[in-house]
Amino acid sequence: MTICLPALDPDVLARRDAISAALRAIVPDGVLTDPVTLRAYECDGFTAYRQLPMLVVLPENTAQVSAILRYCDDHGVKVVPRGAGTSLSGGALPLGDAVLLGMARFNRILSIDYELGTAVVQPGVTNLAVTRAVEGQGFYYAPDPSSQIACSIGGNVAENSGGVHCLKYGLTTNNVLGVEMVLMNGEVVRLGGNTLEPRGLDLLGVVVGSEGLLGVVTEVTVRLLRAPQTARAMLVGFPSVESAGQCVADVIAAGIIPAGMEMMDEPAIHAAEAFVHAGYPLDVKALLIIEVDGSQAECSHLAAEIVAIANRNAATCVRVSTNETERMKFWAGRKAAFPAAGRIAPDYLCMDGTIPRRRLPEVLRRISELSTRHDLPVANVFHAGDGNLHPLILYDANQPGQLERAEQFGNDILRVCVEVGGVLTGEHGVGIEKRDLMPVMFTAVDLEHQQRMKCAFDPQLLLNPGKVFPQLHRCAELGRMHVHGGAVPHPELPRF
Amino acid sequence: MTTMSHPHTPADVQELIEIVRSASAAHTRLQVMGGGSKRGIGFPNRQTSLISMTKFDRIIDYDPHELVITVGAGARLAAVQALLAKHEQMLAFEPCDFAAAIGEPHGATTIGGVVGAGFAGSRRVSAGNVRDHMLGFTAVSGRGDEFVAGGRVVKNVTGYDLPKLMCGSWGQLAILTQLTLKVLPRPRVTITLDALDLGEDDAFAAMIRAARSQCEVAAAAHLPRGMLDEHSHTLVRLEGFGPSVEARAAALAELLREARLARVNADDSAAAWSAIPAGLMRDSARADEVLWRIVIPSTAGARLCASLRELESRYCADWAGGLVWARTPAALTADKLRSLAEECGGHATMLSAPHAYRASAPALHPEPPAIAALTRRVKIAFDPAGILDPQRFATGEA
Repeated sequence: MTICLPALDPDVLARRDAISAALRAIVPDGVLTDPVTLRAYECDGFTAYRQLPMLVVLPENTAQVSAILRYCDDHGVKVVPRGAGTSLSGGALPLGDAVLLGMARFNRILSIDYELGTAVVQPGVTNLAVTRAVEGQGFYYAPDPSSQIACSIGGNVAENSGGVHCLKYGLTTNNVLGVEMVLMNGEVVRLGGNTLEPRGLDLLGVVVGSEGLLGVVTEVTVRLLRAPQTARAMLVGFPSVESAGQCVADVIAAGIIPAGMEMMDEPAIHAAEAFVHAGYPLDVKALLIIEVDGSQAECSHLAAEIVAIANRNAATCVRVSTNETERMKFWAGRKAAFPAAGRIAPDYLCMDGTIPRRRLPEVLRRISELSTRHDLPVANVFHAGDGNLHPLILYDANQPGQLERAEQFGNDILRVCVEVGGVLTGEHGVGIEKRDLMPVMFTAVDLEHQQRMKCAFDPQLLLNPGKVFPQLHRCAELGRMHVHGGAVPHPELPRF
Repeated sequence: MTTMSHPHTPADVQELIEIVRSASAAHTRLQVMGGGSKRGIGFPNRQTSLISMTKFDRIIDYDPHELVITVGAGARLAAVQALLAKHEQMLAFEPCDFAAAIGEPHGATTIGGVVGAGFAGSRRVSAGNVRDHMLGFTAVSGRGDEFVAGGRVVKNVTGYDLPKLMCGSWGQLAILTQLTLKVLPRPRVTITLDALDLGEDDAFAAMIRAARSQCEVAAAAHLPRGMLDEHSHTLVRLEGFGPSVEARAAALAELLREARLARVNADDSAAAWSAIPAGLMRDSARADEVLWRIVIPSTAGARLCASLRELESRYCADWAGGLVWARTPAALTADKLRSLAEECGGHATMLSAPHAYRASAPALHPEPPAIAALTRRVKIAFDPAGILDPQRFATGEA
């Protein structure tokens, strides 16, 4: 356990009863304080770290969220927002002296406009529920994180979630047009709307992916896409990672942006096949699953082109799905890759760096070397089209020292990602998991520019503190100016 | 519009930092400029020194296989597009070449200017906005500090997404020096289908039906009579691989049977799309007119345009009705035009107008008080001394 959380504030803990009474006055049936009940909230999808919240509050409307936040802001109480709790980076990890604000009761789809191609939904609605609600009319919501059956739209907004289809259709940020959001001081604001360009600064662009640090989203307007006529998946096996990587590069060079392009290495293929029997070839070093979608003509044409490219790259196994059942079967192994890893080891850490695609063979080689050095096995799955790696580090938390070794291994992988020109996280968020690595990618000055955004939204730093940024700087300290000749220019301007 | 005749032309980041810090110390204000085509947007008579970014014009990194390009903010849009075209790639948001749009000499527009204004072109409906392609940047903030945000890969959620914030920030938060943009393969085949002389309501309905169909429409626009010629044109563009485009063109023609879509040849197609909004400027003799860019939900396009007709304004519609460029008589006040845009659920940006009219109202649509206050706090975070042309759109904050 190497990640530290902000020290508990004894003053707040001493006021716990008063705080819970005040929140109960706002949400009479929605304040949880019983330790057994709180246990359900002790972690999110990043299960290596657990912490009971001081208490949980479950509001059901915007007015309640506003009142809760205003109370906490007035009384110096920290708040950790939580959607469905599927974050893989600890974004919703509770703090022992904070109110955990659960948004699960915001579970209604408010309106759907097929002519405009938008839906207005509450943040607790699950990702998949949006598509389920509109598929009868031939529409869908494009971002499809693996957890889509459970994860909520509000959480997707907080994390800017991706999925296997974001190569062609974008992340959450590219598919959200507007939000209603409550600021830490209780103010309710609307950012964006239902038009294709925002009015004024693109604050919505910053809020999406802000990991619950800027505000609590209470309503989301998403863009609906027309479901493609058809889709086809291809399963392509290669004798080496290099040839698979070259195939990916050649597909892009041919001007093709597939709906999804996934790669698995040998350990991942074997784990997935043993788990779901998807019919994956076991005599290959790398497997690509490439999906194309659109009209029948589009799919036939692109499938033929991709098969030809695969064959030119020494593919030893090329199969094209001929029906939906087969397509889903091709995907079954990839979609089950995480639980499959869970079957071959008691615990695993899922990493999430992005690299320039051309560096893939080199990065995989270095991950393999690190695996030897840290003496822990690793299986690699990744979104090959956009260079987003998901190495799964396998370990056993019951063996002393293994969690720490796994964390070190993961940090080393992410350092490699940054070193080759990539980034720490492609879609899972920084949370607490990668928080202390932020200086690998950003200078102190870079981080200060980001943290001042936080100050504009939440000057007391009460919303989800201890996440994303390795150091908490008071806003007054961040606001300091370079002073020239002893005078601050424009002294009439308000400052923090 | 500005007082200094000789713009600063920093050659590197260090010089830029010095200029910003000196301005901060001397209590002067700075207006950043690329090609200069958008200098007329905003209140007139602001006291600023110009910073020309033309020396930041390098292509810094471009590997076509990575679908990413990093360029200096002062790089010419035309040069970047030519380079990408050589590799069969493009900026998919179809940047609006504003100089061409308002009839100024073509070719001066810079990438930094495109991002600063955040104006995407016709392909916005299918490929996203400028912000959807902005991956990372280096800049000097109003504090005189160089900083980076985002990254140089297509998928990244590390830290706040400040690259999006920079799009449409008009140089008021930071002066961009380098930016990294996502690029995409150019379509192998483009077909434009044209419906002549549809009634206005039918034209808007046809665009929406096309955009919501499975035909993957790349762009849809409506040019009323007089924009191109004596006919009105309702245009739908399809892009992609040959067999797919052909199949979708056939499906679309069937779906919109009553519109009698006809295929346009390549030259006419290019001319038609580039007439948005340049066609509105064809008879630019009337100097007392105001050019607006109005963004609304596409389903309100027909209603907005009907009102504009009654107000003796000319217009054309892009984004399947979600973007209306309008030329209105100066007698129509900004408040009146803006309440019309608001009734339709949208907002309006004033792009060019007679001097007195520009002085009468902010160029950007005013925001509700809570958002205006939040925006002010964000601006102060980047530019606490208020040196980055804070009076361009608002008089109250400096």
